[in-house]
Amino acid sequence: MINSTLSIPSITKKIILAVAGLFLICFLLVHLGINLFLLPIHKDHEEIFTEAAHFMGTNLFIKAFEIVLFAAFIVHIIFAIILQLQNWKARGHAYKVFTKSKTSFLSKYIIYSGLLIFLFLLLHFYQFYFIKLGWVSYPVTKIPLPQDEHFYSIAKYLFTNDFIYSILYIVAFIILGIHLNHAFQSAFQTLGLNHSKYTPFIKALGTVYAFFIAIGYSIIPIYFMIFG
Amino acid sequence: MNIKLKIWRQENPKAKGKFMDYSLEDVSPEMSFLEMLDALNTKLIINGDNPVAYEHDCREGICGCCSLYINGHPHGKGERTTTCELHMRSFTDGETIVVEPWRAKAFPVIKDLIVDRNAFDKIMAAGGFISVNTGSAQDSNAILVNKEHADEAFDSASCIGCGACVAACKNASAMLFVSAKISQFALLEQGKIEGMQRVQKMVSKMDELGFGNCTNTYACEAECPKGIKVTNIARMNRQFIAAKVGSQKQD
Repeated sequence: MINSTLSIPSITKKIILAVAGLFLICFLLVHLGINLFLLPIHKDHEEIFTEAAHFMGTNLFIKAFEIVLFAAFIVHIIFAIILQLQNWKARGHAYKVFTKSKTSFLSKYIIYSGLLIFLFLLLHFYQFYFIKLGWVSYPVTKIPLPQDEHFYSIAKYLFTNDFIYSILYIVAFIILGIHLNHAFQSAFQTLGLNHSKYTPFIKALGTVYAFFIAIGYSIIPIYFMIFG
Repeated sequence: MNIKLKIWRQENPKAKGKFMDYSLEDVSPEMSFLEMLDALNTKLIINGDNPVAYEHDCREGICGCCSLYINGHPHGKGERTTTCELHMRSFTDGETIVVEPWRAKAFPVIKDLIVDRNAFDKIMAAGGFISVNTGSAQDSNAILVNKEHADEAFDSASCIGCGACVAACKNASAMLFVSAKISQFALLEQGKIEGMQRVQKMVSKMDELGFGNCTNTYACEAECPKGIKVTNIARMNRQFIAAKVGSQKQD
C-alpha cells in the first residue's frame, strides 16, 4: 500500500493534492458563510446560526458529504507529506548559502503553514467537533449548557473569555490566508490551467480569496473580544 | 579588485568534501567569473596545489556546461545569465563569494564543482525525440506549422539543459527542464504523434531518477538563464492528464 502510493507518478500526486485542496477551498466558503451568522448581521442571526448548525449536523446529504470532506482533508495532508518527504530527499546535500532566488510571497514555506493549520485543526476539532460527537463533554468551557445545538454559546464563550484561544484563532487564519494565497493559483497551475489571459485573474482572485478567508474568519473573535 | 572565495572542494564522488578559503588579488572587473577561476587555478598550480575542477565549454552562454551555484543563485545573481556570462563587476571589492556545485541527489558531485548531469540525458533518451525514417527531405511546405506554435516551440527548445532549474528549486525538481523538452515537441505536428507516450515516459524517468516535485514557487523560472517559462510545466501537466485520462484501456 505504502509502496504503491509512493510509486504514483509525481504529477498524479500533485493533481490529487490540488483537487483535494480546491474542494477544501470551496468548503471554507460554506463554513464561513455559516460562521458569519455568529455576528449580528441579521436580527435573527443567533437563530439562523443555530438552525444552520443543526442542518449541517443532521441532514443526511450533509452527513454523507462530511465523509467526502474528511477524505479530502486526509488525502490533502497525506499527499502533501509524501511529496514533501520526496522533495527533501531529492536535494541530498544542503547548500551552504540558502537560496536567494526570487519566488512568490512565502510560497517556499507552504508545508510549514500547512503544518500549523493542521495543529489548529486538531484544537478546533477538540473544541467543536468532538463535542458534537459526544467524545468531549462540556467542561471545555466550564459552564453548564444544554447538550446539543450550543455551538453559538461555545463560540461566544471561547471568544469572550479565552483571550489566548481568540489570538490563536486569528493567527491561525492569517497563516491560512498565506497558505491559500499560494495554494489557490498553484492548484490551477498543477491542473495545467495556465493561460496568458486568465492566469493573472486567477492569481488576483486567489489573493482576494485568501484575504477574504483570513479577514472573514478573524473578524468573529475580534467582534466578541471588543463587544463581548 | 580583491576578493575572497569559499569554494567546495571534493576529491571524488565518494570523498567527504569541504569548503576551502582562497583570496585573489588584482582581479579585473572586466573578467568573466570563469576567467577569475582560471586565474585562481593558475595561482594554485604555481603554488603546487590542485586546481579547482569546474565545467565549461563554449563560454558564450549556449552550451549549458557551466554550472556554479554562486552566493545562493545558480549561475550567480544576474538575470538570464550563465556563469560564463557573469562578470566580476557584479561583485564588490573585498566581497566573499561562496561557490557551490549544483545540489541534487540526481546530480551527484564528480569532483569539486563538477556534477554528473547524465540524468538529463536519460530523461531525453526516454522520450525526448521523434521517430522518423531516414530518406530524402520532404517538401518544406508539406507540414504547415502555426507561427505562434513555432515561436513557442523555439522558446522551449532554447533550454540548454544546464540544470539551473534543478539547482534553484527547493525541491530539486526537474519539471521545468522536462516540460520544456516535452513542449518543444508537443507544439509541433511532428512531435504530436508520440506526444501521449512521450510525456508519460519522460515523467516516469524523471521520477525514477529521484528528482523532486514542483511546488510552483517558480524559483526555476527566475533563475533560468534562457528564460524558460513555467507555462511549460502547465502544458506538461495538461498533456499528462490527457495521456492518463484519454488513453484507451490496455489489454
